[in-house]
Amino acid sequence: MTEHAESPIGTYLAVFVTLLVMTALTTWVAFHDWGALNTPIALAIAVFKGSLVVWFFMHVRYSARLTQIVVVSGFFWLLILFSFTLSDYLSRGMLPFPGK
Amino acid sequence: MDAIDATLPPPVNYLNAQHGIKSWLLTRDHKRIALLYLFGITFFFVLGGIFAALIRLELLTPAGDLMEAETYNKMFTLHGVIMIFFFLIPSIPATLGNFLVPIMIGAKDLAFPRINLLSWYIYMVGGLFTIAVIVLGGVDTGWTFYTPYSTAASNTHVVLTGLGVFITGFSSILTGLNFIVTIHRMRAPGMTWFRLPLFIWSHYATALIMVLGTPVIAITVLLVAAERVLHLGLFDPKLGGDPVLFQHLFWFYSHPAVYIMILPAMGVISELVAAFSRKAIFGYNFVAFASLAIALIGFLVWGHHMFVSSQSVYAGLVFSFLSFLVAIPSAVKVFNWTATMYKGSISFQAPIMYVFGFMGLFLVGGLTGLFLASVGLDVHVHDTYFVVAHFHYIMVGGAIMGFQGGLHYWWPKIFGRKYPEGWAKLAALVIFVGFNLTFFPQFLLGYLGMPRRYYAYPPEFQVLNIMSTAGASVLAIGYLIPAIYFAWSLKYGELAEANPWGAKGLEWTIPSPPPTYNFEETPVITEPPYNYTPEFVASVTAASRPEVELG
Ligand code: HEM
Ligand SMILES: [Cu+2]
Repeated sequence: MTEHAESPIGTYLAVFVTLLVMTALTTWVAFHDWGALNTPIALAIAVFKGSLVVWFFMHVRYSARLTQIVVVSGFFWLLILFSFTLSDYLSRGMLPFPGK
Repeated sequence: MDAIDATLPPPVNYLNAQHGIKSWLLTRDHKRIALLYLFGITFFFVLGGIFAALIRLELLTPAGDLMEAETYNKMFTLHGVIMIFFFLIPSIPATLGNFLVPIMIGAKDLAFPRINLLSWYIYMVGGLFTIAVIVLGGVDTGWTFYTPYSTAASNTHVVLTGLGVFITGFSSILTGLNFIVTIHRMRAPGMTWFRLPLFIWSHYATALIMVLGTPVIAITVLLVAAERVLHLGLFDPKLGGDPVLFQHLFWFYSHPAVYIMILPAMGVISELVAAFSRKAIFGYNFVAFASLAIALIGFLVWGHHMFVSSQSVYAGLVFSFLSFLVAIPSAVKVFNWTATMYKGSISFQAPIMYVFGFMGLFLVGGLTGLFLASVGLDVHVHDTYFVVAHFHYIMVGGAIMGFQGGLHYWWPKIFGRKYPEGWAKLAALVIFVGFNLTFFPQFLLGYLGMPRRYYAYPPEFQVLNIMSTAGASVLAIGYLIPAIYFAWSLKYGELAEANPWGAKGLEWTIPSPPPTYNFEETPVITEPPYNYTPEFVASVTAASRPEVELG
């Protein structure tokens, strides 16, 4: 078993504060209209926060390489799910159905 | 201590090391858990088989006369749900895989024995939900749970069924996790990746699919439940949802799931081909990597189930092309098994007969898969009996044949007793004949335009349907024969020695049945897999082939 290299309490605090700041940012962003960017901005912040949690709080940073590969491939598979599904939605009507 | 057990080859083995029902229900021995699973899947196989019999009986005549249309819908739904989620997905991995993965890599158990036991309990709880569904009146959505019917219209037990599938999903994830960690961490000294038996490679690939795919189906059925109960607008257009989204999510898991069913069977076939040809598998590396390629590409083809769902033409073409790609690694395997047998000294015993069955039927199933993956043709045969025939050729003709072959091959190892060879050959033949009589007419029916999931049909289809129902009866007899002689052999079968087939592989170096911790000392591996040297073959041939048939 790989040991959990002692992660300094300072790191945790820094991550925690960053998360709080990001939450504030999300709230602030929500009260302004960014047009088409509304969703992308919210998602970007959420992904960033989620990554911090996975990377530090869930100890992936301090884990064995194999564990890291497992985590990364989990997200890679999510990407497959999203991108191939979108390949349908985004290309609807791009090519006509025969006879229409 | 017990005097009776002294007659068995190794006086103390995993079967008699402890006694009593509690020693089984609380066991952490991977071999005993494999038998718990064997009990579970056999039960569900019989249950699913009863529903199949009722379906075939209804279709004996063109009119819908045996049952109501609604009842018929429940029959094929329960048949599908039970056979797929409670029989075929756990079948080989949870029984033969559980039993053999640690032994084949020289380990004493799986990495997480308690989690292994937990997975069986989870599976059984999921099964109880399904039984509850049957008792309470059934479910009628088809095993595919298509929306918006399943969320907005059906008035049967969709949520309960969904929960059952959700729960068993976790047993699958835990089994996969256990295999991955075990294969990475617990290999005996000298057991490098390329000395692993191909059975292990295919189970490794299967485990990857289980871990990466199963969460998606679990969440998807949960979303169906959520929409049904809370009316969230996810899939129902009336609530602002999109039914095609359901199909994407469902098939993202359910196409790879077909490889969860077939990859372990391919692993069994690799072992059997080598053992009965007494040769190393031709192109070992290709077969090993083909398993991984199937696991990966298998995740990129799900849209071939959705060609007529209003999926975009562009996506349809991409999924069609990728579906053709996934056939390549499957074909590599079939070619390499054939090449292995070429000029091998094949002994014709029951397990290899199942291998022959597998190869022929999987070939037909796989090639008709390519028919279906061609967009233009699929527009005509989608949702007809052609599709039903296609996947039964793969699932029954491929996966179950492989399972049965493996069960015969490892039976002496698992129980320390031999099954009667003559009866086993007869059963293999009956199954092959019965299978083809059942399912080949369905290709014709589908091509002629008979839709699936209808309880009545025009009279001109009756002859082919009668053939199919007759075949199903033959098939049932074919499955009954092994059930009887296997049970018989537990008490009366000839005692098995450690290596009754004269085969290579760590499992044949330990007693039959194995002791609780498999190996007295951790083995050290110094040779490649399937190392059938002339000396080895000569040393085992005399002992293990009383009835050599071909030269
Ligand atoms: C290897 C094991 C395979 C299994 C267990 C399997 C199983 C299945 C199942 C269960 C279905 C029906 C789903 C439903 O509509 O309810 C199906 C349909 C289909 N399969 Fe396979 N399949 C396998 C291999 C292949 C291959 C190799 C291909 C193509 C390269 C393929 C192509 C298709 C297509 C296109 C359909 C959709 C047909 C339709 O509904 O119109 N399959 N298969
Ligand atoms: Cu598919």
